[in-house]
Amino acid sequence: MSVRRLAKEQPASFAFSTESQAKADWWKAKYPAVRKQSAVIPMLWLAQKQEGWISEPAIQEIAKQLEMPVIRVLEVATFYVMFQLAPVGKTAFVQLCGTTPCQLRGALDLRSVLEKKIGPAHTVSADGKFSWEEVECLGACCNAPMAAINDYYYEDLTPESLSAILDDFAAGKAPQPGSYEGRKSSEPKDKVQTLTDPKLYDGSAAKKIKIPNLPEKPKKAKAEPAA
Amino acid sequence: MSAPIHSIRKARVMVGILEDKDRIFTNLYGLQDWGLEGAKARGCWNGTKDILDAGRDWIIENMKNSGLRGRGGAGFSTGLKWSFMPKEVKDGRPHYLVVNADESEPGTCKDREIMRHDPHLLIEGCLIASRAMLAHACYIYIRGEYVFERERLEAAIKQAYDAKLVGKDNVHGWDFEIYVHHGAGAYICGEETALLESLEGKKGQPRLKPPFPAGAGLYGMPTTVNNVESIAVAGTILRRGASWFAGFGRPNNAGTKLFCVSGHVNLPCNVEEAMSIPFRQLMEDHCGGIRGGWGNLKAVIPGGSSVPMIPAEQCEDLPMDFDALRNLRSGLGTAAVIVMDKSTDLVRAIARLSYFYKHESCGQCTPCREGTGWMWRVMERMATGEADPKEIDTLLDVTTQVEGHTICALGDAAAWPIQGLFRHFRHEVEERIASYRSGRLHVQGAKLIAAE
Repeated sequence: MSVRRLAKEQPASFAFSTESQAKADWWKAKYPAVRKQSAVIPMLWLAQKQEGWISEPAIQEIAKQLEMPVIRVLEVATFYVMFQLAPVGKTAFVQLCGTTPCQLRGALDLRSVLEKKIGPAHTVSADGKFSWEEVECLGACCNAPMAAINDYYYEDLTPESLSAILDDFAAGKAPQPGSYEGRKSSEPKDKVQTLTDPKLYDGSAAKKIKIPNLPEKPKKAKAEPAA
Repeated sequence: MSAPIHSIRKARVMVGILEDKDRIFTNLYGLQDWGLEGAKARGCWNGTKDILDAGRDWIIENMKNSGLRGRGGAGFSTGLKWSFMPKEVKDGRPHYLVVNADESEPGTCKDREIMRHDPHLLIEGCLIASRAMLAHACYIYIRGEYVFERERLEAAIKQAYDAKLVGKDNVHGWDFEIYVHHGAGAYICGEETALLESLEGKKGQPRLKPPFPAGAGLYGMPTTVNNVESIAVAGTILRRGASWFAGFGRPNNAGTKLFCVSGHVNLPCNVEEAMSIPFRQLMEDHCGGIRGGWGNLKAVIPGGSSVPMIPAEQCEDLPMDFDALRNLRSGLGTAAVIVMDKSTDLVRAIARLSYFYKHESCGQCTPCREGTGWMWRVMERMATGEADPKEIDTLLDVTTQVEGHTICALGDAAAWPIQGLFRHFRHEVEERIASYRSGRLHVQGAKLIAAE
């Protein structure tokens, strides 16, 4: 558990942009009409994408749209740690994975880089462009150490490559997400020994096949009650 | 560990590297086309209609015969789980399939590769599983951080809709809607009932069971929650036959499995291997060996952060499967292997995991909410040595008071890594406490600070 409260300074109002509202409606349509509360997390996420963080007016707007008590939306916004309850860096918001698999491969060194280049965690740099925090396992452990920057994963980092990525962001460039060790994804680096059989990819697997052990009368399935 | 590791298949000796022709995830590394055309060329969506036409009982029977055990950590028979769903849809209560793609267990990164590189295997599996449990709607709950993976999965689902493979009046003759839902960074939502709560738009706090989801799950309707990997392998298993899948691994530990190897190996990677592959072979054949050689291995967390670690001595002939690891009082979990070499500060590594559980406790049950924080604070002191030797037993006592006294398994998961550490490396902590007390430098770079 962590203590999470709304920011002291709140904007006066919040409204979804036309584009975000269209997306929100698309999300709402995924759930049965009487269960539209299900869309609360995706809608909070959309609000965060639009404004950079979750404000109190945003919570109220979402509660209104989903016909939920405001407290229920507030509860969700404070429970889930991906919702930022205060502004974050506008150019690059770095979420460094610090859990054991990344720690074993050097996440602590990356943390020093962030502290040096950006400052203390959860503090937006003076120009408002950068901030960072340490987060729990991001699920890319074979590519450790790694960080998510503005939603996308930057993997196989070293203090040097992370430094360079931050410099690129500062220079207004958009560094590519992915491995910074030359890997495509989570294969063994420069030594892929599996999935090399050309027969897997020559289309032979798409030829018509007979499913083994099929019941003799496949029509039997029709006897089942209609669902 | 002298149990023989023999395959029940006679054609080839089990021990060894799984052949490419027997791999299910043929685009694990994303080197091929992830889209519909590429997936079809690799055999996905082949014969799916025949499988669906064979009906509920046939699918469940064959899934049971394949010996597939759930890949999300608990290792429960997938076919059996499907059979718990009501046999007919009654009283206008629709059935749901919910796929657990909230992959957050430290060490685990396999479902991510499935969703971004082989998404059609997952979609096909969802259709087959839904047919087996008479569901016409499926939600895939993907963790919020996987933004790219979600976009990829949405794109693949759109391809499947456009090709009329899923949706209303699709070519398979089983109306089926498939939706992606996402979370927002809560590990606890990987617990199935917390996941359902979250999907309903609430805080992700686990529900008391019973009722089990098969009776009252999502929106109170019959629901089954399965891991991504369990669902994604279903199509290939039924296409190639239950006995093909059952032919890998030792009895009761059937099939192929994605192993995620991280930590101190030369080539950390995901790899699909046969169950029961010896640990040493997995390391040396696929992962380039332990950093600094086999002799440099100190300990292994074999199944994601929640299972107790095992020391190097027990790893020599260890088959990587559910039963062998359970016998060592650990577990296969998600097959996320975290390797630690002799340079590792084990106490520090486990203290970091304790922080993880403290951070991720949902706060519902007192033993876990208070216990995880307490255990973390003590572990932090143990890591520096600033503790009393007597506190070790107090700490272990507290772990047993958290374990088994909570609604979900997070309390157990927080307790086990600590128990594993002290089971095998208690002497290290004792030495550290002793050296802290005697004032000797025990960590390079440490400074002495006056006691007053």
